[in-house]
Amino acid sequence: MEDHLITKRHFAGVAVLAAAAIALAGCASTSSSTTAGTISKAKASTATSAAAFGGLKGLIAAANAEGQLNVITLPPSWANYGKIIALFEKTYPKIKINSANPNGSSANEVSAAEAEKGQSTAPDVFDIGTAVLDQNLDLVAPYKVQNWADIPTDFKDPGGKWYYDYTGLMSIGYDSSKITKAPKTYKDLLGSEFNGKVSIKGDPTQANEAASAVYLAALQNGGSADNIQPGIDFFAKLKAAGNFNNVLPTQATVNSGDTPVVLQWSYNNLAWGPEAGSAGNANWKVVIPSGSAALGSYYNQAINADAPDPAAARLWEEFIYTPAVQNLYLASGAYPATLAAMEKNKTVDQSVLSSVGAPPSNFVQLTADQATAAAALLGAKWKSAIG
Amino acid sequence: MTATAAATVPQTTRGAGKTSRRRSAVWLGLTPFAIYVILFLAIPAGLAVGSGFFTSTGALTLANFSVLADPGIQKDFLNTIVVSAVTAIIGAILGALICFALLGTKPDGMIRTVIDSASSVLAQFGGVMLAFAFIATIGAEGLITQWLVSAGLVNNVFNSFAHNGVLIYQVVGLGVVYLYFQVPLMVIVFMPAISGLKATWGEANATLGGTRVTYWTKIAMPILAPAFFASVILLFANAFSSYATAAALISQGGLISLDIKTALVSETVIGKANTAGVEALAMVVVMVIVMVAYSALERRASRWRR
Repeated sequence: MEDHLITKRHFAGVAVLAAAAIALAGCASTSSSTTAGTISKAKASTATSAAAFGGLKGLIAAANAEGQLNVITLPPSWANYGKIIALFEKTYPKIKINSANPNGSSANEVSAAEAEKGQSTAPDVFDIGTAVLDQNLDLVAPYKVQNWADIPTDFKDPGGKWYYDYTGLMSIGYDSSKITKAPKTYKDLLGSEFNGKVSIKGDPTQANEAASAVYLAALQNGGSADNIQPGIDFFAKLKAAGNFNNVLPTQATVNSGDTPVVLQWSYNNLAWGPEAGSAGNANWKVVIPSGSAALGSYYNQAINADAPDPAAARLWEEFIYTPAVQNLYLASGAYPATLAAMEKNKTVDQSVLSSVGAPPSNFVQLTADQATAAAALLGAKWKSAIG
Repeated sequence: MTATAAATVPQTTRGAGKTSRRRSAVWLGLTPFAIYVILFLAIPAGLAVGSGFFTSTGALTLANFSVLADPGIQKDFLNTIVVSAVTAIIGAILGALICFALLGTKPDGMIRTVIDSASSVLAQFGGVMLAFAFIATIGAEGLITQWLVSAGLVNNVFNSFAHNGVLIYQVVGLGVVYLYFQVPLMVIVFMPAISGLKATWGEANATLGGTRVTYWTKIAMPILAPAFFASVILLFANAFSSYATAAALISQGGLISLDIKTALVSETVIGKANTAGVEALAMVVVMVIVMVAYSALERRASRWRR
């Protein structure tokens, strides 16, 4: 009921603003320059750079006029998003961030954008996995941040529809009070000490993070990005040994000790350890398995083509690629997309970089085609391997 | 039934007018509930099941039905049916025994009231709260599990069931958790039936030379059978459609309701969202079969009433 009222009020507000903006745009069309804060919503929705707003100042003014930004599936303990959102609200106090469905999946982002299309509650920006994004490229609007050149060429769509934001590395997190001998490789997890203790982040036929654990298992067992069958075989062995713990690990289960070993992105393992204070597990240790190449997977930033707050959405992207926020990703253990440029420009936080450790020079990331083939194999083989 | 017969075969005009007026009043009373059911049950169910007949782009197809040939899905289907049936039957028997024991207490006595209200609360105890309660008691770090560990049972039934880790993170353990709400639900739905047994029937049985055994086998059980089987069906449906508790405890397949979620929100295997509609349809079919079997059973059980 309350939501409904708010939605209605917002809608009325947007309608008034839009009417005012159209009227103003009509007046402005005689003069050549666009003044700050007067750009129409339609124009903001098609802006492909800050220049369309007359520079960053104009973008900020337009975003302030919108007054809100809807983000989706950003858990506070994931890649430092709690701090990133807080910093945004501190930097731009006139813009309120509404964070929806923090624990949802990339598919949830798309369904929310489709279901709430045209409403003020629809997501403005996505932090989305590559496989889902590839199927929904018509859903995103092109935009290039001011330091576009800092993002390596392979890390972005030349048209500006998507751009990598950060990656973690697949890692083993374990409770050192329960596991006395630190695991070095996935194969170590087959030992009897791990009985009933090893869990992954959900069902690989559903969650990319869980699938990535299988992909790394493939690399660890003689497979490759083109052949993930050895990874599925590894988990079948893990299950047969009685070592697979069939529950979804969360920060709470790691804290309580219910999930003593978790295979997940390094930044999540780091976030759930001593870093989290009393909510984390003080004995939590993180290992990047040796014996094979590391495995990473960049997520993508993209703007909803039907964003209810198009200027705020664009301001969010500008904000994400500032060194301050890229350093926040890094502090969580995630490697930001502009890391190489930041090292060159000396804008990287050196103390953070040395504590997190330099990224491996070459880690494996599945291409879109490899991911599609791997997912098809998982769909066919995973259930019987683990059932 | 009789009202309809009277309306369709009008004896006198006066009678018919009365009936139709009464019937329209009945319809008026039913309308809010009917609208509610249509909006929140019939339409969503129709849309969900209907989605199974379309591709992700909206073209009609039967290809989604191939998901039912997937051995993994079949296994999860079987798991769901077995867990639901076993917990329904065990829950019904335990619940009926509790009701039977309660017959010996005063209807408005302290014990009956306490158990009645406790059952009403516990039958609604489900979802993540229930999962948490069990994680805290018999999970890996649960109170009872840790007591057993400190008593020397480092690998006990709760943390190393079937040499496969924590009991409640397996499908068998899910059955244990489900019983927690199945038994009280049985008490609620079966107590009215069992307390409807009249003392005079027992006296008549005794007067005619019957024993306690003949009373139960020839009188009480035939009378209670339809209510008992109806309760079993209710318990079955209750477990069959359960989702939140299972989702909080089990992360890899295991149950068909979890497979439906996987199909709907997958970010790795793309474009199979519509197979969820087929899985939902299969669940509906199972429930229809169970209901038909029940009504056949009920007809047979209530033959003595005709």
